[in-house]
Amino acid sequence: MLILFGRRIGRASGLVAVAASTAAGVIALPLAWRVLDTPEAATLTWSFEWLRWGDQTMRMGVLVDPPAALLLFVVTVTGTLIQVYSTGYMAGHPRYSRFFAYVSLFMAGMLGLVVADNLLLLFVSWEIMGLCSYFLIGFFFEKPSAAAAGLKAFITTRIGDVGLMLGMILLWWTAGTLRFEELAAFMAGHPVATGALTAAALLIFVGTIGKSAQFPLHVWLPDAMEGPTPVSALIHAATMVAAGVYLVARTFMLFQALPVACSAVAWVGGITALMAACIAPAQTDIKRVLAYSTISQLGYMVMALGVGAYAAGLFHLMTHAFFKALLFLGAGAVIHGFHHVQDMRQMGGLRRKMPVTFATMAIATLAIAGVPPLAGFWSKDEILLSAYHASRPLWVLGTVTAGLTAFYMFRLLLMTFFGEQRDKHIHAHESPAVMTIPLVILAVFAALAGLPGSPWMGMWLQRALHVPWLHPHEVEPSRFVMGLSVLVAGAGIGAAALMYGPRPVISPARLAERFAPVHRASLNKFYFDELYLAAVVNPAKRLAAALWRTDQRLVDGAVNGAGLSAWLSAKAQGLFDKWVVDGLVNLAGAIVHAASAVTRRAQTGLVENYMLMAATGVLALAYFTWWNTG
Amino acid sequence: MIPLAAYLVLSAALLAIGVWGALTRRSALGILMAIELILNAANINLIAFARHVRGVDATGGPMFALFVMAIAAGAAAVGLSIVICIYRNHRTVDVDRINLMKW
Repeated sequence: MLILFGRRIGRASGLVAVAASTAAGVIALPLAWRVLDTPEAATLTWSFEWLRWGDQTMRMGVLVDPPAALLLFVVTVTGTLIQVYSTGYMAGHPRYSRFFAYVSLFMAGMLGLVVADNLLLLFVSWEIMGLCSYFLIGFFFEKPSAAAAGLKAFITTRIGDVGLMLGMILLWWTAGTLRFEELAAFMAGHPVATGALTAAALLIFVGTIGKSAQFPLHVWLPDAMEGPTPVSALIHAATMVAAGVYLVARTFMLFQALPVACSAVAWVGGITALMAACIAPAQTDIKRVLAYSTISQLGYMVMALGVGAYAAGLFHLMTHAFFKALLFLGAGAVIHGFHHVQDMRQMGGLRRKMPVTFATMAIATLAIAGVPPLAGFWSKDEILLSAYHASRPLWVLGTVTAGLTAFYMFRLLLMTFFGEQRDKHIHAHESPAVMTIPLVILAVFAALAGLPGSPWMGMWLQRALHVPWLHPHEVEPSRFVMGLSVLVAGAGIGAAALMYGPRPVISPARLAERFAPVHRASLNKFYFDELYLAAVVNPAKRLAAALWRTDQRLVDGAVNGAGLSAWLSAKAQGLFDKWVVDGLVNLAGAIVHAASAVTRRAQTGLVENYMLMAATGVLALAYFTWWNTG
Repeated sequence: MIPLAAYLVLSAALLAIGVWGALTRRSALGILMAIELILNAANINLIAFARHVRGVDATGGPMFALFVMAIAAGAAAVGLSIVICIYRNHRTVDVDRINLMKW
């Protein structure tokens, strides 16, 4: 059913892709609505027997429970809007149709992942997405940096995939099933945490770390910005990287029973959120700022799941998908209208030249900064609240991150749209309507998507997301937490306004000089790339070189020595051979030659004749067997 | 349940088509395809007997069929690469015109 959605690649023009994903949306939305709107957690399931081996059975099928329904909604809506946008952004590119083929395949993978009812099917879709991601990052493969970024993303996420696969094997071995419903039942019967289960959960989480670009495997996501901007919006902001978070949510029945795994998840998320938020303010490439912001927000979601706030994590996933897709598409519009320059230091004053882009970007920035009552405020607040009740250090991490987020997002907004254009040579222009209309629609979502989870609508979304196996997780609302997060966001915005506003009060350059080591570290992304280069890539290269040298000297030397001695003894034997043995052989040869002169007529060299002989032989054998027994 | 004889008839028919194809095709590719048909005829037999004959280990037949498929895949790969090599050297895959194996 649902898995078949986007799989109409091949005849890939943009219109077909858009039509396919719209069709997917049209089918998926009522379905999602039906699942979400019923008071008891309604689920749609459908599966068939896939493999049977001895007494083991592997089933596969679809399972649409409330979280899956929510994701279906998000993926189809953002996916369709982004594809509409791409028809404008990619217009005139020589590999236009290939782009849409990849994007459609990606959509199919994502939808398959969302509705998969077991880990194996989920893993297959996961890999499809990984592949599409690789293709799309390296889409401009004429640029060596794009090709390298694609490779880097592929290899880095592969580490996570190996973890996920090992986790799946371990889980199959311990629990005997990979289907989510059976896992929930299994966990309900085994409330005690065991080492094997914890290991399985942690290994599955390694998959999340890779896919969702969590610390320490986050390095691929900023480089992934080499891809076309709509791809960055779709894959590296709204959907694929959220798949890791969704994986934890899908296997949450494991995590909620395993405190060790849970706290590992929460801390990885918290550290990622803060670290990425620290790197973002020093970046000057508009897309890289957004990339680090994405990593940071993903950290938030992971942290939410780690502290047990299941609904809040998914809620943030949804709001983030909308406003981050909007931010990336807005950035794409800026880049498109600014003749493919991505450096914010050359921009400025674009507010007047691109009014629609500016307005929508402003809404998204307010939303991500957590300004009430926009989407980001409700979901972020929900997460901070849960963190506050679960672990104070994590809450502090989260709150500081919120402040930094507000700061660097407003820095982006101010540097791009306010003040005077710094590089006067570029003539900026607004994008065509096919690109601005998706922006406006997404802006509406970014503004309003928080409301279903707000107290004004009675936390409708949180109740709708409930699934039967979930442990109840109630947190007292706290005015203090909410007030503080708004305050911190306000402080971040204020700081950004002071430093990057039309009349800067504090000079960012002076500040960077004062805290030079911190600034340098942040600018260089805390040296993660250099660290990996030194710790993993170079040793691997050196090992390869050392092995090659061993081969060259030791093995080749031995081989050459053996060859030489063999040659000498062969020389001696050769003389004996030539006179004694050859004489005998020649005699034998002469006899055989004479005989073969007759028999070689059968060797025609034509395959048909040989085959005919074989067939005749078989028939003759069959006939004799039949004759003997009958 | 479909009677055993039906499977055997299907398999015999496939075998016959395969043998006929292998003997009459002039394109090396056609011959390779025909050989695949022969192998699949054997597979149908294996699975049909595993399913129908009592007192036989039911997993043996499908297992053996899987082996046949795997090895057939390997053989097809080797065969195809030979065909490609021949094509590169002779610009043809017509077996009537290739008699490299002649003495």
